[in-house]
Amino acid sequence: MSVTERPLIELDGVEKVFDVRRKTGFLKRERRQVRAVDSLSFTVARGEMVGYIGPNGAGKSTTIKMLTGILTPSAGRLRVAGIDPSRERTRLAHRIGVVFGQRTTLWWDLPLIDSYRLMHRMYRIPDARYRENLDRCVELLELGDLLAAPVRQLSLGQRMRGDIAAALLHDPEVLYLDEPTIGLDVISKAKVRGFLKELNAELGTTVLLTTHDLQDIEQLCSRVMVIDHGRLMYDGALAGLHEVGESERILVVDLERELPPVEAPPARVVKVEGPRQWLAFPAGESAAALVARIAAEYPLVDLSVREPDIEDVIARMYAGAVPGRTEKAVS
Amino acid sequence: MGSGRLYTAVAAGGFRRYATYRVATAAGVFTNTAFGIILVYTYLALWDEKPHLGGYDQAQAVTYVWLGQCLYATLAIQGGGFEKDLMARIRTGEIAVDLYRPADLQLWWLASDVGRSLFQLLGRGVIPFVFGAVFFPMALPRDVTTWAAFALALLLAMVVSFGIRYLAALSAFWLMDGMGVTQAVMITGVFFSGIVLPLNAFPGALGEVVRVLPWAGQVQMPADVLMGETDPLGAFAFQAVWAVALLAAGRLLQSAATRRVVVQGG
Repeated sequence: MSVTERPLIELDGVEKVFDVRRKTGFLKRERRQVRAVDSLSFTVARGEMVGYIGPNGAGKSTTIKMLTGILTPSAGRLRVAGIDPSRERTRLAHRIGVVFGQRTTLWWDLPLIDSYRLMHRMYRIPDARYRENLDRCVELLELGDLLAAPVRQLSLGQRMRGDIAAALLHDPEVLYLDEPTIGLDVISKAKVRGFLKELNAELGTTVLLTTHDLQDIEQLCSRVMVIDHGRLMYDGALAGLHEVGESERILVVDLERELPPVEAPPARVVKVEGPRQWLAFPAGESAAALVARIAAEYPLVDLSVREPDIEDVIARMYAGAVPGRTEKAVS
Repeated sequence: MGSGRLYTAVAAGGFRRYATYRVATAAGVFTNTAFGIILVYTYLALWDEKPHLGGYDQAQAVTYVWLGQCLYATLAIQGGGFEKDLMARIRTGEIAVDLYRPADLQLWWLASDVGRSLFQLLGRGVIPFVFGAVFFPMALPRDVTTWAAFALALLLAMVVSFGIRYLAALSAFWLMDGMGVTQAVMITGVFFSGIVLPLNAFPGALGEVVRVLPWAGQVQMPADVLMGETDPLGAFAFQAVWAVALLAAGRLLQSAATRRVVVQGG
């Protein structure tokens, strides 16, 4: 296998165990181990845009921190661009960009442009390259009017755009985004998403993003990984989650008059309101066939199909209702 | 060379950051001038009773007071420099952002604190000192060499001051809450730096001890260099030894801290 074909990010049986000491008496401490990440294995190819989701405390941020080299894995093998992050954190830093949605890398009291000048020096970006990248980010993220403003005066959405630009000035091969749209309004979210999409399409930057906003994933990521209790619960296409989550679609039928519940297995009536009835059926089943069957036997006036809500699917997965399954990526 | 430019930029940022707060600076100038006046009259009364206390005459005692007020904010004698930012970043977990950068944590904060020191010296320290020189008799050197030696002693004092506060700040990795350490920094700073009373005037064994502690490198040494009361080379050596020792200890503590880092806030 040649170097270029190697995945950009490789995790093999990665674990992270924290020692937590708890006070149990006046001077007694109880030592407990918390497994934040448990035998995690996945790869991300160059140019992929992957969503990494899970409930709070699932191990998302711990994973990101291991990928930047801030935290050292307790066990397993981890490589980013062929580099062992915790051993060569500084060398890796030149090749990755990181945005923590709830923290800022910008200099709080100083104009935004000062932080960028600092990045210029810190990453030793050649002058021409710096100018070019800065101009591009300023244009696409609409930072022009903000460069002279102290960071503390920026709104959350503006600051986030400023942070994303700061992470990209040194042409990182991979960008980690930890909840990049948290707290943003609809318009700011759209701007951030639009920019990331363009970044990935035009520069081929690999993006790994954690989020609680499923719209981020739906609009950006062709692949999603779900983590819970430090374990990978799902790895595959977003659409495939429905299948795994045993989700159901809802067929709403309006009949001519009030009738007893429609009988059309495998669909089952979940609600009746006058002449209107709600039928749940497995998401994998054809709606057309079901409608045809009902239309043949009942006086059908109108109908609509409601797609399953991906949030429900994931919520059920988090709750442990669905046994985890991993669609292994073919490599 | 590249990293030199980075840390120069960080220092410049530290300078400008403090320059942003003009009202705070003006209030600081007023405070240090007022305190200087109070202390000068206290010292003059004391030196009336005990002439040549600590080996200083009255003009030297007055010089010592105004130099102390000049260096109070410059050397963050009672804290209030980078360490409160660093402790807050450790507590909130923002330190994670600093750690993945391709920059050295200690040098980063040193540069930013030196930038802050230089601003506090020029923006806040010089005015009370000049005020003192105009309205009170002071013992100031006339030759450039002594002033140059003083400048070097001051620079070393900045590093020593940083070294002490860096150790204090890193304790937040273990203690999480920096309140107690901040208090300790305030009290030890006020007492051991000699800003209240010259360390030369401390009696007996207590005097012997405080004069070899690192805090002695902050106000006492630069003052004695300025007033020609000590051999500059000896003062530089004293300060340099402490600076290196403190920085080395800081580096050791830093590597222990970042190895066990449990970055706060997930």
